[in-house]
Amino acid sequence: MSVTDGAGPAPAPAEQAIGVPADGMSHHGTAAVSTSGLTKRFRSGQLAVDGIDLHVPTGAVYGFLGPNGSGKTTTIRMLLGLLRPTAGSADLLGRTMPAAAGEVLPRIGALVEGPAFHPYLSGWDNLMRLDAADRTAPAATAKDRVLAALDRVGLTAAAAKRYRHYSLGMRQRLGIAAALLRPRELLVLDEPTNGLDPQGTREVRTLLAELASGGTTVVLSTHLLSEVEQVCTHVGVMHRGRLVAQDSLGALRRQGAARAIVTTTARHEAASVLTRLGMTEVLVSADGAGALLGDQDPAALVAALVHAGVPVTGFGTTGTDLEELFVHLTGEGFDVSG
Amino acid sequence: MSAVELEPTAEAGPARTARAAGAFGRLFRSELWLIFGRRRNWVGGLILASVPVLIAVVIKTSGAGEGDSFVFGQITDNGLFVALAALTVELPFFLPIAVSAIAGDAVAGEANLGTLRYLLVTPVDRARLLAVKLGGIAVFTFAAVAVVAGVGALIGLALFGAGDFVTLSGSSLGFWAGLARLALVCCYLTICLVALGAIGLFVSTMTEQPIAAGITVLVVTVVSQILDQLSQLAAIHRFLPTHYWLDYAAVLRDPVNLGDLGPGVASAAAYTAVFAAAAWARFSTADVSS
Ligand SMILES: Nc1ncnc2c1ncn2[C@@H]1O[C@H](COP(=O)(O)OP(=O)(O)OP(=O)(O)O)[C@@H](O)[C@H]1O
Ligand SMILES: [Mg+2]
Repeated sequence: MSVTDGAGPAPAPAEQAIGVPADGMSHHGTAAVSTSGLTKRFRSGQLAVDGIDLHVPTGAVYGFLGPNGSGKTTTIRMLLGLLRPTAGSADLLGRTMPAAAGEVLPRIGALVEGPAFHPYLSGWDNLMRLDAADRTAPAATAKDRVLAALDRVGLTAAAAKRYRHYSLGMRQRLGIAAALLRPRELLVLDEPTNGLDPQGTREVRTLLAELASGGTTVVLSTHLLSEVEQVCTHVGVMHRGRLVAQDSLGALRRQGAARAIVTTTARHEAASVLTRLGMTEVLVSADGAGALLGDQDPAALVAALVHAGVPVTGFGTTGTDLEELFVHLTGEGFDVSG
Repeated sequence: MSAVELEPTAEAGPARTARAAGAFGRLFRSELWLIFGRRRNWVGGLILASVPVLIAVVIKTSGAGEGDSFVFGQITDNGLFVALAALTVELPFFLPIAVSAIAGDAVAGEANLGTLRYLLVTPVDRARLLAVKLGGIAVFTFAAVAVVAGVGALIGLALFGAGDFVTLSGSSLGFWAGLARLALVCCYLTICLVALGAIGLFVSTMTEQPIAAGITVLVVTVVSQILDQLSQLAAIHRFLPTHYWLDYAAVLRDPVNLGDLGPGVASAAAYTAVFAAAAWARFSTADVSS
């Protein structure tokens, strides 16, 4: 799926047009998360999520982006069965939610809209309570799990402290520890690095990369585009409740306003080659020529230039900047959409 | 960093049932620990326990008063009556406050903290969560009644000794028979108050404000007691949740006719069932956006 027009309805990918059979198994064996026409209209009348078709391939690290109020958390709540969709359906790990919640959710770790724990219990006691709530978790090994989870997020030293005395970043770490209590096939993390110090942010990034390399699928909602560039393989962009873009990170970058920049003395020859190849916004500059890259393969482009006798002394692409693409997709406006 | 072992999750047959029961037990224990580990609830317990102490000390220092009710009049003869007197005066308001606070907190408290969403995605089945919460309310209710009765009995026996346990019918009972009657009163009042807890559980699923939920239940209790006083409304009295509460006096007759407690138990059971079902109807499909 490519960048779709934010104004019109997003065309449903062909494979999602199929209904869900009675056994609750979906047809998308390779999708960890797949939704079809997922919609939420709150009782206030607000259309927070408007018919989105998410597709998160198994093993992907999926960056779920969008301005404040664009519907990311609402979508995540529907995926996890906390909110009932007004319309549409959601499959997690190949099973339909919320019907299969009991079977599917133990295999999923989640952080939804920040951490939440009992303030007068310690971090340790809070995790023990969540572990006790999981009926698939054997009681005998509870302490080992809690110990390992606290260790993973660097909270061992603060385990006995009351949660109310935790700092913002410590709370966030405890939330991540809760998501990692069991081995998970899918992690759904809503702004996991919010409030973390640089070490914590880097640690979470390393942790995610590690989990992903171990086969865990990750859905990561975040506003930190540098984080996305570093860890994500796929990206979905929300805007006013709609999914306005969804693709692999590489493909999305290519769709951005990326430009090919040729450094050469034969500036005008280079420009005419670019024009001949069907490229747009061709400009001649002081030391060469440039054009919008579009879906041109840079390697083939250089070959074509050389073949046409243009002495290429340098070649590069710019505009792979995710931030520019994000602003392009979701508008310059700073105000949230009510 | 330590690796976490993959554990098998799929089981079948009896093993699975056994583990399900065990899992309920674990969450239930955690719930009790949450209730009884909370300082606020200890303070509440202390207030409940102070009433029998107050009664016993006042009567010890100034003697039995003129025109005391039956229960109060017996205190100087048998210390167990301190427990009964304390239960009598705490029943209209103090005990309902304790039960309302806990019941109102059940779901609304977790919603307010945001911990509800993490319990639900663990996942805890919504019916299981309500069952655990109602169970916690019931255990707390019994504990609250038992604290009042226990502290009352201890200080009463210490200050007044265990003389004749005179029944409403005028006969005398031995110490152990008297103690058994007291235990029976405790059980009956627990059943009555758990019905109030079930109303609280339902209200608790309607809001994210635990205090508001608790106050609502308290208002229901007080209004019910006021309506019960208006003879013009005699036709609806038997449907009021507090109407049968004072029937525990039947236990103090000799011989005791347990049938006299029947209407109260039936009313409490009906209230508990109806409001537990209403809580389920409301909560099973509710949007959790806290
Ligand atoms: N319970 C609710 N009732 C009514 N409207 C709601 C509710 N929850 C969210 N909304 C609205 O839905 C829209 C989407 O909210 P959501 O929390 O999903 O945004 P988000 O993309 O997660 O934003 P952020 O980046 O700020 O976290 C917002 O306009 C919000 O006001
Ligand atoms: Mg959000």
